[in-house]
Amino acid sequence: MTEADASLSAKPPEPAAAPRPSAEEAALAVEELSHAFGAREVLRQVSFTVYSGGFTVLLGLNGAGKTTLFSLVTRLYDHRTGAIRIFGAEIKQRPSEALARIGVVFQQPTLDLDLTLAQNLRYHAALHGLPRRLAAERIASEVERVGLSDRLGDKVRQLSGGQRRRVEIARALLHRPRLLLLDEPTVGLDIASRQFLLDHVRRLCREDGLAVLWATHLIDEVDPEGEVIVLHQGRILAQGPVGEVVQAAGASSMRAAFDALTRGAVQ
Amino acid sequence: MSPAHYGRCLLGVVEREGLRFINQRGRFVAALVRPLVWLLIFATGFHFVLGVSIIPPYRTYVPYEVYIAPGLIGMIQLFQGMQSSLSMVYDREMGSMRTLLVSPLPRWYLLVAKLLAGVIVSVLQAYVFLAIAWFWEIEPPAIGYLAVLPALILSGMMLGALGLLLSSAIRQLENFAGVMNFVIFPMFFASSALYPLWRVQEASLPLYYICSLNPFTHAVELIRFALYGQLDWVSAAAVVAALLVFMALAIYGYDPGRGMMLRRAAAE
Repeated sequence: MTEADASLSAKPPEPAAAPRPSAEEAALAVEELSHAFGAREVLRQVSFTVYSGGFTVLLGLNGAGKTTLFSLVTRLYDHRTGAIRIFGAEIKQRPSEALARIGVVFQQPTLDLDLTLAQNLRYHAALHGLPRRLAAERIASEVERVGLSDRLGDKVRQLSGGQRRRVEIARALLHRPRLLLLDEPTVGLDIASRQFLLDHVRRLCREDGLAVLWATHLIDEVDPEGEVIVLHQGRILAQGPVGEVVQAAGASSMRAAFDALTRGAVQ
Repeated sequence: MSPAHYGRCLLGVVEREGLRFINQRGRFVAALVRPLVWLLIFATGFHFVLGVSIIPPYRTYVPYEVYIAPGLIGMIQLFQGMQSSLSMVYDREMGSMRTLLVSPLPRWYLLVAKLLAGVIVSVLQAYVFLAIAWFWEIEPPAIGYLAVLPALILSGMMLGALGLLLSSAIRQLENFAGVMNFVIFPMFFASSALYPLWRVQEASLPLYYICSLNPFTHAVELIRFALYGQLDWVSAAAVVAALLVFMALAIYGYDPGRGMMLRRAAAE
């Protein structure tokens, strides 16, 4: 770690910098999280917070540790050091409570292609214990929000890649989570579909006060008004409001800032 | 998490498994054709080669077709158990597994729900097979059709739990051919499905011991006796014991603190 990086990642935590909701409202708090597969260290001392109503982009190249981080936050496997809290509930100690408040869109497609859109969504609603009538109402309203009401009876196989992603977002919101996690949700999508997803999720943040963590390797998905966490080789190089991160890196754009930060880390 | 939540979750998992099964007509046909090929071709061919003496639960000499029918029902359940559990770990399906595991109910419950869903499908398959087999003079007493139900549930759960255990323990089982070679064929052939154990004992004592210890043998015998309205206590106990061991190990394997998820991730 160079001097410059150390000063960047050692920046004081955000609440001091800007007026913020109190710590209790932290939707996702990751503290001192490290993870290794055998001798290979994948995450090193990662700490960050995502607040309700905040759109935070987790920016990192492939292999930066984003997917491992998502697996830990969704308790696919347990973390061994540090802490992960979802609205105050430690994921290892109170997994049911924590998981009930998370909606997830995984990197790999997770819809059942041979089932209809409605059947896929009903399955998810059942896993989350929604009564049938409530599930039907929520399915209708969420599907409408992503503009697919007329496709409810179609098999997922008949939908395009972008439409499938929209269904996955609708599905992730059925149980009304307050934290939405998306791992590279736009991979393989055309520009229009990508934009639709971005706009839709930003609107969810703004209007519903949803906390969003959006992992991507695409710099142009960073919301200039939002927050960014730069993850590189398992370490957080910078985090905070995009403007501040760009300024602190002495760069003119997020792309330049990202280049400068990651170049520093390689040395 | 309320009891209603648990109930809805189970119904949802069962409904999904049922819908998948109905939608994949190829799978349904394959599941039926496989034992029927054995019954109609293999058993007919061996009709005069293999004589079966009078052994319980049979009261008379029985044609070979009648002898192997319970073994073929076991085969249906063996395939179904492996397919429904192992299909989850193949990459194509890994996603649906993740969806299941990030839902808020305890993981052991999700695995049990998945297991029960698979069992319901395998029991349906077994009854369709029995209905077709009736036309080939495999006609157990009426009471047998009822008595076999609990036996089918128990054996289906045991074989499904074995599938779950394998899916959590073995990462190399990347395709079904591997499962066929290393699990299904050895279990099926080293059992009482195709030949009575006393015949095996005459031929090879070590093989006899292997067959006697094979949980699949006990599943088949449990089904065989149940079809004739009888309960084979030894087999029932063996199947229950195997079920408990397999399920406990599978739950251990899927525990987030250890086991397969971590190893899979490490290998990626």
